[in-house]
Order: sequence, then structure tokens, then C-alpha cells
Amino acid sequence: MRRAKRMPPGAQAPTAAEQAAEGGQLPGQPLKKRLTTSAMIASLASEGQRTKPAPFGHALVEVAKNRPEVVGMTADLGKYTDLHIFGREFPDRYYQMGMAEQNLMLAAGGMAHEGFVPFVTTYAVFASRRAYDFISQGIVEEGLNVKICCALPGLTTGYGPSHQATEDVAIFRGMPDLTIVDPCDALDTEQATRAIAAHDGPVYMRLLRGNVPLVLDEYDYSFELGKAKLVRDGADALVVSSGFMTMRALEAAKLLEADRVSVAVLHSPTIKPLDEEAILREARRGGRMVVVAENHSVIGGLGEAVAGTLLRAGVAPAAFRQVALPDAFLDAGALPTLHDRYGISAEAMARSMKSWM
Amino acid sequence: MGERTTTLANAPSLEERAYRIRRNALRMGEVQGQGYIAQALGVADVLAAAYFHALRYRPEDPEWEGRDRFLLSIGHYAIALYAVLIEAGIVPADELETYGTDDSRLPMSGMAAYTPGMEISGGSLGIGLGIAVGMCLGLKRKGSDRFVYNLMSDGELDEGPTWEAAMSAGHWKLGNLICLVDVNRMQADGPSTGVLNSEPLPEKWEAFGWHAQRVDGNDVGALVRAFDAARALEEPKPRVIICDTKMAKGVPFLETREKSHFMRVEQHEWAQALEALEAGRKA
Ligand SMILES: Cc1ncc(C[n+]2csc(CCOP(=O)(O)OP(=O)(O)O)c2C)c(N)n1
Ligand SMILES: [Mg+2]
Repeated sequence: MRRAKRMPPGAQAPTAAEQAAEGGQLPGQPLKKRLTTSAMIASLASEGQRTKPAPFGHALVEVAKNRPEVVGMTADLGKYTDLHIFGREFPDRYYQMGMAEQNLMLAAGGMAHEGFVPFVTTYAVFASRRAYDFISQGIVEEGLNVKICCALPGLTTGYGPSHQATEDVAIFRGMPDLTIVDPCDALDTEQATRAIAAHDGPVYMRLLRGNVPLVLDEYDYSFELGKAKLVRDGADALVVSSGFMTMRALEAAKLLEADRVSVAVLHSPTIKPLDEEAILREARRGGRMVVVAENHSVIGGLGEAVAGTLLRAGVAPAAFRQVALPDAFLDAGALPTLHDRYGISAEAMARSMKSWM
Repeated sequence: MGERTTTLANAPSLEERAYRIRRNALRMGEVQGQGYIAQALGVADVLAAAYFHALRYRPEDPEWEGRDRFLLSIGHYAIALYAVLIEAGIVPADELETYGTDDSRLPMSGMAAYTPGMEISGGSLGIGLGIAVGMCLGLKRKGSDRFVYNLMSDGELDEGPTWEAAMSAGHWKLGNLICLVDVNRMQADGPSTGVLNSEPLPEKWEAFGWHAQRVDGNDVGALVRAFDAARALEEPKPRVIICDTKMAKGVPFLETREKSHFMRVEQHEWAQALEALEAGRKA
């Protein structure tokens, strides 16, 4: 059935016809400031949080200095994926392919055929939904060395479903031989950029761009492709998380300390291939509830990957829960509002976990 | 109340309509402080001519079966469409101040389920024209003589699906399809010719079996003539009106500012922008 139109805000809103009868006059009162969708580019950082600008772009420039075969390619989103930083440094290695994501992927495959290592960027929705076949058959089936780095993964914009890649991991997990990486913060993004450049094979990386929060430098952590790392230990619950949900899980863990709930956080930035060994090792430790937290739909992402791993190994945790986006086309609105509404803010995650204990 | 008609003796001129569309857009832009203002100001004349000269619709019944369909393929231009939907009496004027705020019916990217008069959820660019092809086939099947208008951007000319749809429309001889291309020479990463050159445009569309016109998209008179010609054409061909527009048209200090896909306007500048617009208003 077709989705019904929304009702106007407020019960007594005048109808359009009534407005027209009044001459369609504009309201005279000054505009009230409300929470706005604002930019695509809304930052994930909370007030006062430390951030680093364009960690992907700067890390790629460093990588490319010693690797002349590295090229950058984008589909009219260089400025919005931080690839313009690379473009400024290496203008003759930067390919603006126009807003044509399908052709972008095929051209990247062609470049890789000729021995180059393309880092291609667009938004996650357009790579996963529009260009899937082109990535599958133009790049991955032949094992070509292309790095697909996509901004706006999961729910990182308030623009509505056209830009919210709530199922990108589900889509790409189905593609054989594709490595999937979901870094947490600026440090993770820099290290992951270097690691995927060093890896020979196709990679999909979920990209945080702009002013990216810096969190993991406070922990004993470094990114290793294919490895999950315990960034915090705890006795009551084990959170397995990827992307910025690891940052949220660490915040939620601090909030839960007040309730004497002790939470471990296993950061698993490589979603495929999954570090099953680390996940099973942690899940086997002492009857903890397992909570998988991800910036993605409950369908087909890290949560189901972890659940499958546990079931296949016959490991039954005290309980299994998901902190993830609902299986729905999400609302438009301001990002903090939406993160709270869909349960992936630190506060909402702490509330959920408390109710599950 | 019947079909909107332009024969009302006291109907505002199309220039006045365009002025009011721009004013609505500026008021919405101020709510966010930044956004697709330059696009909305640039395309206002095209929308004025479409909604107050060419289109058949009933403001009080936006889903009236006998309406001409108007598809906004470019979801980010929603601010411009809301501005004209308000002027047309389809969306109440007092919702303007909710633009892009939580739970508004006027989200930053246009979506069918949110707004009266919004036919499709655009925003994933390059999808409008293909949907228009299907609507044209459907209307023909129903024996309807209504038109489908699809408003798209020059950036969308980069997309493969645009040209698949264009070839399909030519093949099916869709005489009920009128495509409007807003050529503002700008895309997300900068000027369109630098991003991906799509010229020569009329020749491309003609080669795909279309009747093509190219007009100054900020000249209301020229737009009216182009709409009339497109609608009157007897040849069974889809029609395209390529509209060359100027970003930020009507607000001189924004017109000359470095052009930007996502324009930042400082808080104190909004009142100045409204004043500058007012100064250019034709009596
Ligand atoms: C399929 C798709 N790819 C990329 C984007 C991101 N994007 C939004 S607007 C835009 C620029 C497109 O050009 P145009 O519409 O002409 O830009 P404008 O005139 O508004 O500056 C891009 C690349 C998108 N919305 N959809
Ligand atoms: Mg444009």
C-alpha cells in the first residue's frame, strides 16, 4: 500500500484553502529557532568533544606520497567525502567522474586492471543501492584492488531515506570476497585508511568525514584489519560494536557505572571477515549478556553476523540483544533527535541496556 | 472551487508570483541558516511559469485525478517547491517556518509521504525521469490527456538512468512528457562543466527522439512561450525545456558571491536579502 501523507503539525492548523482566503499572508512574528536538519555534514561530535578534521583525506595523502599508483576518484562528492584533500595535494591523480556512481565503479575497476589502486568515494546509499552490480561484476568478482570509501553510513544524516544508508552493510555482506570496515573515530579512520591501502583486494569502508570525534586515543587500541579489540572490560555485559557505536557504547558504559552495571566493549571495525575467534573468546567468558551495537538496521548487519557466529559455535550467552536501527525507512530530522528516537544515542543505549539487565 | 485558471482579472503577474516564491524560499532558508537557497532563487521563474501558467491542478485537492503531474526529481530543491506550493495554496503558509525542523511536513529533501503536492520522493538523483516515463505510460493507458512534468538539474544529466529514461521516452513517443532541466551550471563539487561536461544539450535530447527547446530560465515571457509550444506540439514526442538559470537570481549580492551548492548566509544577511529582493520587485 502507498505510504499515506503526513498530517499537518498541530491539531488546529488552518487548511490551505483558509490560508488562501486570508490572502496567503506570511506570518508576521519572527521565526522561532528549532532543532534543524541542517547540513548533510552534521557532526557526530557532542558538545566540547575533541575532533580531528578530515582524517581519511589526510591519511590518504600520507599513504599516496610513497605510492604513486594510488589515485582518487569521486562522483561529484569530493568535498563531501574529504577526498578533495587528496585532490588538492595530487591534482593530476584526482579523477572527478561526475555524478555517475555506476560508471565511477566500472572506471575504478578499469584503473585497477591497469595496476592503479583507486580510492573511490560517494555516499554509502549510492554505492550500495545504485552501484551494487557494478561493484560486484566490475570490481569484486575479479578481486580488483579498489577501495570504496563511503560517507553517510547508517544514520549519519537527517535527510531521510534517500541519504540514510541503513542497510549498506547488509547489502555488502552478501558480496563474496569484499572486505567491510566500519571505523569508530578519527584515529580508527586514519589507521584503517593505511591498513586498507596495504591490503591487496577490494574493500568497502564506511567513512566518517568532516570534524570526526577523537576517542580511541584514550584507550590502549590500534586498528588491525580483521581484528576485534577489547577496549574496555566488564563483568555484566559484553558489547560487540563497530563504527561510531563503539564510541556510544563507551559512553553508555560510563553512564551504566552509576547503576553498578559493568560493561565490556569489544570493538569490531572489520565486519567482514569477522574476527570470530575474538568474539567467541569474549562471549564464552563468564555468563555475560551479549549486546551488539551498530549504526545499521537490525537486519543483516553486525548483529546477525555475531548471532550466526555464536549459534554455529554452540555458544549461548546469558542473553542476546541488539542496539541497532529498526527495519524501517527512517524519519527526516535533526541527527541528535533521530539518534535518540531510534535508540543509538549513548543515553538511549544505556536506558535499553539497563532495562535488559 | 474549480481548476486553477490564470484568467482571473486580478491574478498577480507571473513576475509577482516569482517574487513571492523567492521570498518564501528566503524565509525558509533563514530557518536553517544555510542550504539550497541559490538553487531556489534561480529556479523560481520556472516554477512560477509552471504553476501559474502551465499546470492544471486544484489547490484544495492536490491528488485530483485530473491534475498534471509535477515530479521533483531533485529532492534538495524541495525548498523551491515548498515555496511555490505555499504560493499556490497547496501548503499552508504558516508551515514555512517549520522547514527542515523535526517532524515538519517540509523536510530538507522532498518526500512524497510528507508534503501535499509532492508527487515522488526524489533526492537520490536521476530517478525522476524514469518514474515520469512510467506515469506517462500509465496515464495513456487510462486514456488521460494530462501531462507529466519532471523537474531535474544539470547534475542529473551525469546519471546513466537519466539517459535510459530519455531513450525510453523517445521510443514510446511520450507526447505527454515535459521535462524541465534547470541548467544552473553548478553541482556539489563545483561548476558543472568542470565536474562533467554534458553539452551540447539540445542536440543530445533531439538525438534521443525529443523535441528540445532552450530558453533563458529567468525570463518569464520566454518560459511561457516555451511551455505553450511544448504543450501545443502535435508531434508524438517527449518534450524538454532546457532552462538556463542564474543561481541566487533576484538577490544581487548573493548572485555575485562565489557560487555554492550549499550556500551559507550569515544571520544578519537574511533581512538584507529580503530587502534586496523587494528592491527588485516589479510594481
Ligand atoms: C544519485 C546521487 N548521487 C549523489 C548525490 C549527492 N548530491 C546531492 S546534490 C548533488 C549535485 C548534483 O548536481 P545539481 O543537482 O545540478 O546541483 P546544484 O545545481 O543543486 O548545485 C549531489 C552530487 C545524490 N543526491 N544522488
Ligand atoms: Mg546544478
